[in-house]
Amino acid sequence: MGVTAAESTGDPVTQTAFLKKGLADGLPIAVGYMPVAITFGLIAGATGLTAAEAVLMSMLVFAGAAQYMSLSMIAVGAGAFEVVLATFIVNLRHLLMSASISEKAETGTKGQRALYAFGMTDEVFAVASTKKAPLRSFYIIGVAGVAYGSWVGFTAAGFYMGAFLPLVIQESMAIALFALFIALLVPSIRKEGRMVVILAGMGALFHTVLALWLSTGWAIMFATILAVTVYECFEQVMNAGKQDADSGGKSHTEQAEVKKEADSSCR
Amino acid sequence: MSMTMFWMIVAMGAVTYIPRLLPLVMLNTENWPSWARRMLTRVPYAVLGALILPGILTVGDNVWFAVAGGGAAALLAYFGAPLIVVVGAAIGVLGVMQMVF
Repeated sequence: MGVTAAESTGDPVTQTAFLKKGLADGLPIAVGYMPVAITFGLIAGATGLTAAEAVLMSMLVFAGAAQYMSLSMIAVGAGAFEVVLATFIVNLRHLLMSASISEKAETGTKGQRALYAFGMTDEVFAVASTKKAPLRSFYIIGVAGVAYGSWVGFTAAGFYMGAFLPLVIQESMAIALFALFIALLVPSIRKEGRMVVILAGMGALFHTVLALWLSTGWAIMFATILAVTVYECFEQVMNAGKQDADSGGKSHTEQAEVKKEADSSCR
Repeated sequence: MSMTMFWMIVAMGAVTYIPRLLPLVMLNTENWPSWARRMLTRVPYAVLGALILPGILTVGDNVWFAVAGGGAAALLAYFGAPLIVVVGAAIGVLGVMQMVF
């Protein structure tokens, strides 16, 4: 982390400057969240949630994909436990993001870290993690804060806009959720290539098959776990095959090194 | 607000916050096995696939309406259209098809 305690506590003027920089850098996220939050508010209303429930969810959960998913689960009558468990699984990826941020951030106080941890969405992580170390606590708080304000505010706005929309548009809104997931997936395919296609394909396939026996919540969850496990096992087998071919008579340590290289090349 | 809904939302908040919080206050995932870390990073893609299919096929009066809407979304997203445009276009395509056919 390389920041002394004196630096990290900082004087109020410097901290305010970090906060302002964070708020400014968070603005693109706020703009990007606007349509997503409005759509969330709209669909929440269409799903049968009250305004208070929709806004409370945005205030307490602050996670786009999980909130959308909870709506589609509520819509098909999934149980509360399923929704919570699926939320946990979907958001577990933030564990890695927080871990990665913690290696780049100044130590700060525990309270500061606990505060910006709450706002560690994919987008906040993307903005913060591309900055140079050391990341200032108040900078991350600024980025997360402006994103949070947009998310909660536009959830409420979206909810009330729903009442003014004609029925045919409201019916067509049912596809919004799926269009959103497609819009999130396609750029990942462009960026990461075949891996994303295979994983998403397996997720879709396993969900379709599991949906024959399981309710939507469990089917999505097990499909996800199955997909990442199958992918990992398949990759391990492929790597092992590659090593056998490459490293015929090499010692054990050399093989371990080859394995390591193969591992990192897959990432 | 029903009590079930209230507590479900609170619990959703808790299970979302805990993984975001733990690495910053105690965990050190650096020492996790690499396969576990890789699997975690791949979860979003598998989830997205599972969320799109088969769910999207139940939207609209006809399976092909959903396919057209989803296809329009994929095409626009591929060419880098903003999220709201992608979502709006899918809604538009589905709406037009529901009205015309």
